[in-house]
Amino acid sequence: MPSSLALTAIIGAPLLGFFMTIVWSRAAAVVASLTSMVVLVAAVFLAVSVSAHGAVLTSLGGWDAPLGIELAADGLSVMFMIVSGAIVLVVGAYAQHEFVHPGTETRSGFAFWPLMLVLLAALNGIFVSRDFFNLYVCFELLTLSAVAMVTLNGKTESITAALRYLLFALLGSILYLLGAVLLYAQFGSLDMGVIGQSVSSSGAEILAAGLMTAGLALKTALFPFHGWLPPAHSGAPPPASAMLSSLVPKASYFITIRLWFDVMPELAGNPLTLALGGLGGAAILYGSLQAIVQTRLKMVVAYSTVAQLGYLFIVFPLAGGDSAAQPWSAGAWTGGMLHALSHALAKSAMFLCAGLFIISARTDDLEALRGIAQTMPMTAFAFTLAAISLLGLPPSGGFIAKYLMLTSAFASGGWIWAFLILAGGLLAALYLYRPVRIMLSLPKQPGQPFKPISRWWQVAPLVLALGAVFLGIGSNEPYALLQIGRPVAAETGL
Amino acid sequence: MIDSLFDLVLCALIIFVAFAAVSGRDLFTAIVFFIVYGLMVAIAWLRLEAIDVALAEAAIGAGLTGVLLLGAYGRFKNIDAARMGSWVPLPVLIVIALAATGLSAAVGVVLIALDPNGLGLIPAVNANIAQSGVFNPVTAVLLNFRAYDTLLESIVLVVALVGVWTLADNSAWGQRVGKTQSVRANGVLQSFGRTLPPIGLMIGIYFVWAGSSQPGGAFQGGTILAAVGLLSAMAGLFPPPRVNDARLRLSVIAGPILFLAVAIAGTAWGGMFVLPADLAYGLILAIEIVLALSIAITLMLLVLGPPEMTETPQ
Repeated sequence: MPSSLALTAIIGAPLLGFFMTIVWSRAAAVVASLTSMVVLVAAVFLAVSVSAHGAVLTSLGGWDAPLGIELAADGLSVMFMIVSGAIVLVVGAYAQHEFVHPGTETRSGFAFWPLMLVLLAALNGIFVSRDFFNLYVCFELLTLSAVAMVTLNGKTESITAALRYLLFALLGSILYLLGAVLLYAQFGSLDMGVIGQSVSSSGAEILAAGLMTAGLALKTALFPFHGWLPPAHSGAPPPASAMLSSLVPKASYFITIRLWFDVMPELAGNPLTLALGGLGGAAILYGSLQAIVQTRLKMVVAYSTVAQLGYLFIVFPLAGGDSAAQPWSAGAWTGGMLHALSHALAKSAMFLCAGLFIISARTDDLEALRGIAQTMPMTAFAFTLAAISLLGLPPSGGFIAKYLMLTSAFASGGWIWAFLILAGGLLAALYLYRPVRIMLSLPKQPGQPFKPISRWWQVAPLVLALGAVFLGIGSNEPYALLQIGRPVAAETGL
Repeated sequence: MIDSLFDLVLCALIIFVAFAAVSGRDLFTAIVFFIVYGLMVAIAWLRLEAIDVALAEAAIGAGLTGVLLLGAYGRFKNIDAARMGSWVPLPVLIVIALAATGLSAAVGVVLIALDPNGLGLIPAVNANIAQSGVFNPVTAVLLNFRAYDTLLESIVLVVALVGVWTLADNSAWGQRVGKTQSVRANGVLQSFGRTLPPIGLMIGIYFVWAGSSQPGGAFQGGTILAAVGLLSAMAGLFPPPRVNDARLRLSVIAGPILFLAVAIAGTAWGGMFVLPADLAYGLILAIEIVLALSIAITLMLLVLGPPEMTETPQ
């Protein structure tokens, strides 16, 4: 009973917070902090319960699937919920400085808080949903709140970027919905469990799965559908960028993983896994090269997201298709999930750092940040820590993730995947070395052009960057937790 | 089922109107064809005996979306950009057309291969409808079996409204929503604004009330009530509300809040969203009524748009 209560609280609490921040915007920041704390506590409680007793399942309204909607939390959902809850909590604390205005209510000061909370509710809803139509509704909530966040600073180019984001995401939604409709027509059910038990490789199933994958790939900004991401993520205010870049594409990726590894692994043949892996590899190379030539810090970080999302799709050839029954499958799959989580922590830290630099230097032009580490050593340190995790250097979470994927690639003899993982690491070193070198170098002329920033404010990105590092140092518990509730038997690992 | 000449003509018309809507160069014509398309599709749903879907398509797909598009067109015209600026180059057009045709063909092939006697969840709905508290199977699904989806959908509307409001100018925050309306006293708009609302009010309330046993419900009824409100506002019968009006915000979220409160109260009866069979009718009706009002106000605010600085009167 308490765990099914926790399962509904992780969605119900942020929805209540959403309502409260709309009518009571004066206290919005406090409400948002309390709400994300409740969510984090509930997620940790679920983690304890899941690791003790296995996956938690509850039927809403007392109606079992397929008539009703079931929510379920396994190790994978719990890990994603903890990381999302933690990131939203820290971002909320950071955003107090940016979106709390004393006196009369302002546009962005009103809108940010409800959008942040409904985004959290939608993320959690996606992480525990077992129903393909319910997922569509959750994606609508997620997309609308994410797009609205891009427009928060009110600039014309941000609104243009938001509109483009909206069109891409809606196209993705339509493709996904068409797939869900076909699945319902075939199985008379929208429930993942019911559908997973009767997969038969019919034309309807293949088309449905293909449409859903295409729709989800659009939302995940998989190369070559990445065009909307850099302007949207760099145009949003930094606290919004932090959530958009670290969490929102992970939600659609999460469902792609559910679809191909949990619901219809039989259909995940080599053509699919090679195509997804190939696009992922192209994303790594293209995103990294673009990140190298950018001149603005936020654009470097945004293109880095395009590249890092690419790794997530190399999981498919390494752990799915012909590899699914192989001993290296579990390592590759777990590596991919750990990469998603450590990238979330590192990327949110980077965007918050970029936000502080912008406030201090009034620009995110890379050259203008020369020597900023002297004014803001803590933030420069946080940025460097996050960069270490993105590069995959030990002892960070990014290291464990890439190590797992790399050993799987060698074990499977997939040299091309190993090459792409290594090349991505080297390219990341190139595009991240430049901002770090500029920050740490001596300013050209003496006399500080930078505005000092309160220490407390600088703690926020540091907490997230440390989280990314500790995910590597303490990776045993997350690793064990991620295995709980996996239907694929390959748990031996390497 | 296609079993008469009428259906064949209807199908041909739908395709023609859809093509006209996407192929025209003139934005206004495209919008008009889009509205006609929505009405045609609503008739098609009627022919398929999906009356609830037909109502929703007519009210939201054709009516509300049409008004939103016309509103957008009006704003485009003001900034003299009503013509479609960039025309899609021919090769891109051919690729899009081929992709769309291929996708339609694939969906068609797959659909024909499906079991024509597949009933989906209809037997399960019929077997449990007695415990749902209502007699209309669509309402039973929306407000009981899959109430969670409907709660989230009602929140989607509120998020959309927050999104529209974020497009305001910083300086316009705290102002009245939408543009200032100038209405000629006793002109056509004002006469319509006086005579139509009572009729619309009655139809809207009937739809909400009828939803428990017949086609209708909060979304359809709410859309009609929104039209009533819009017409009255455009006729200048009441000034549009201010964006930071606490009562306005409360009325926007009242429906979803009541819905969520009932869902949470369900934990006392065995779990989230549980409605005990003897109380279900009353609870569903209460949710539908309050939700319809919130939906009506939210839709109205979506059409009115973000707050704008009131222009100085000429």
